[in-house]
Amino acid sequence: MFYREAGDFKTSYRDDSQTFPIRLDRMGYYILMFVAFLVVPFFINDYWVNAVFAPFLIYAIAALGLNILTGYAGQVSLGTGGFMAVGAYASYKLMTSFPEVSILIHIILAGGITAVVGVAFGLPSLRIKGFYLAVATLAAQFFLVWVFNKVPWFYNYSASGQINAPERSVFGVIVTGPNTEAWAKYMICLVFVVVLAWVARNLTRGMMGRKWMGIRDMDIAAEIIGVNPLMAKMSAFAVSSFFVGIAGALFFTVYLGAAEAGEAFGITKSFLILFMIIIGGLGSIFGSFAGAAFMVLMPVFLKNVLVGGLGWPTDLAAHFEFMIVGGLIVVFLIVEPHGLAQLWRLTKEKLRLWPFPH
Amino acid sequence: MPEQLLFAMEVTLNGLMAGVLYALVALGFVLIFKASGIFNYAQGVMALFAALTLVGIQQGQVPFAHLINAVFGTEVHHFPWQVPSLIAIVLAAGVMILFAWIVEKYVLQHLIGQPDIILFMATIGLAYFMEGFGDIMWGSDIKKLDVGLPQGMNATIDQVTFDWFGYGFFIDNLDIVAAIVASLLVAALTIFSQYSKQGRALRAVADDHSAALSVGISLRFIWVLVWSIAGFVALVAGIMWGAKSGVQFSLSLIALKALPVLMLGGFTSIPGAIVGGLIIGVGEQLFEFTIGPMIGGATQNWFAYVLALIFLIFRPQGLFGEKIIERV
Repeated sequence: MFYREAGDFKTSYRDDSQTFPIRLDRMGYYILMFVAFLVVPFFINDYWVNAVFAPFLIYAIAALGLNILTGYAGQVSLGTGGFMAVGAYASYKLMTSFPEVSILIHIILAGGITAVVGVAFGLPSLRIKGFYLAVATLAAQFFLVWVFNKVPWFYNYSASGQINAPERSVFGVIVTGPNTEAWAKYMICLVFVVVLAWVARNLTRGMMGRKWMGIRDMDIAAEIIGVNPLMAKMSAFAVSSFFVGIAGALFFTVYLGAAEAGEAFGITKSFLILFMIIIGGLGSIFGSFAGAAFMVLMPVFLKNVLVGGLGWPTDLAAHFEFMIVGGLIVVFLIVEPHGLAQLWRLTKEKLRLWPFPH
Repeated sequence: MPEQLLFAMEVTLNGLMAGVLYALVALGFVLIFKASGIFNYAQGVMALFAALTLVGIQQGQVPFAHLINAVFGTEVHHFPWQVPSLIAIVLAAGVMILFAWIVEKYVLQHLIGQPDIILFMATIGLAYFMEGFGDIMWGSDIKKLDVGLPQGMNATIDQVTFDWFGYGFFIDNLDIVAAIVASLLVAALTIFSQYSKQGRALRAVADDHSAALSVGISLRFIWVLVWSIAGFVALVAGIMWGAKSGVQFSLSLIALKALPVLMLGGFTSIPGAIVGGLIIGVGEQLFEFTIGPMIGGATQNWFAYVLALIFLIFRPQGLFGEKIIERV
């Protein structure tokens, strides 16, 4: 009834190719931005930011990154945890070596460094494909974590082998370290998420994204029609690692505050983010957010219901979480291989026609 | 002979033995991959689950005791009996066959015709599910697995090598048993696939799905069969690993190492899995022994993967794999 493109006349190409062609979507987007920037920060407290918002926003960045590589360019990677570690340690080294430079620049530079590492580990993708590549990226995962554990230079020779984020501020507001206020944590993550999502959206619908999708759908055919597979794959690895690196940097500096490579960025993290994009939807920006939200909220929800509500021991709840996540992955792959994003798309299709059946 | 060389020889031998264990896990992967083109990530967790089930049955644990206690507030944990090892192994194998049947019916059936990578991710989901399920069913504490396999240093080898070189090699009895069991298993599998009717059907399916279907081979039966065999191989691997280092979660992580083994050996070759396992086993031990101390040790974590990665760049199909031919 209300959700229609009818009457919303497009008078220019610009209008025609906008991200949200339907007025209601656009309004929804503006309202969401308004709430996210101007309402939530005033009501947020420590519990919400640490349990829900910060992990959701940071994982959303990582999921966007992996989705670019896996969903758009078709290169499966199990090394996400390792690349997040690169971002985290790069930001740590930059923060401690150049304390006078703004942390925003450090985080972006950490993303850049991760991009370089990502390209290095992505080089084999020119020769090997499919799950051969997936296993090859495991090499990145284990090797990088080992390097960060074994080379003392990376953790500034600290006795515990941990890295701790020093206190830094943006425009006079403390954003890292133990004295950070909830809204500051939230805002810095939010700003990065919005900017990066905008970048991802525009990259994936432009020439670059089309090249990636060509490589994903059939690499030889894409090569024949003039896509350079070297450039396409390497750019996918670079952009993806850039996102993942920023996610890692934020994860360490803003969210955790202290990290140890094997524990915070282990193989489980790689799988977690892979699951996010499978459940959310491969090859979809919305899907990255939906998957991240789902995987962050579900454990919180389960914990509240099983431990808080039924009084079960926490380890039992943790095992149930494993079962449910695994089961859901299988169910999603069987029922809806395109994930939550596809469900959302179908809902919108239905809404357009509602209340008529056709 | 110089001390260092003797050391290296001992390390190599131990590496070979460890390699046998990797090869055991890799074997299960190869079987499933050949028959169904599915890269079964859950193989490692299957080994863990099989070992958990074996210990549980053997010690007469009540399944889901933890859950029952949490829901009903009871205090059940063990049945008053203990099951002999042999019967427990048969029962555990039965559970793995049941599991194969369930996977085929409720998962694989619905995923026929999907791209390989989707199937791969489905097995990752399966692995997570089984991990949680196994823990809920049998509890997540580290269990000791004892089915009467000999353990400890082999005194004969120690004595003989001492007489020869003046330095006794330390070889674990368990590793020797594992090597023997692995070779028996491979021999049995080879005989089965070469001479039995089902074995021939299995090879036909591995060769060409549609052609096999057209001559009247039931794909569903073959899949259940091959997952059952893989489950049995997982049980054997689980027994060996479990006896070596206890039944615990890290078992499934060790099994991850079967992946580089496969990449080295080629996904479709049983001899490849064995040779790959041995190369990785020896390689990582020797690397740790020679280069490890210089760069901080604990290189076993990544050596296998990096070796496989470098190797793949030069030979993408692995040592014994079939040549990859791509067409548009």
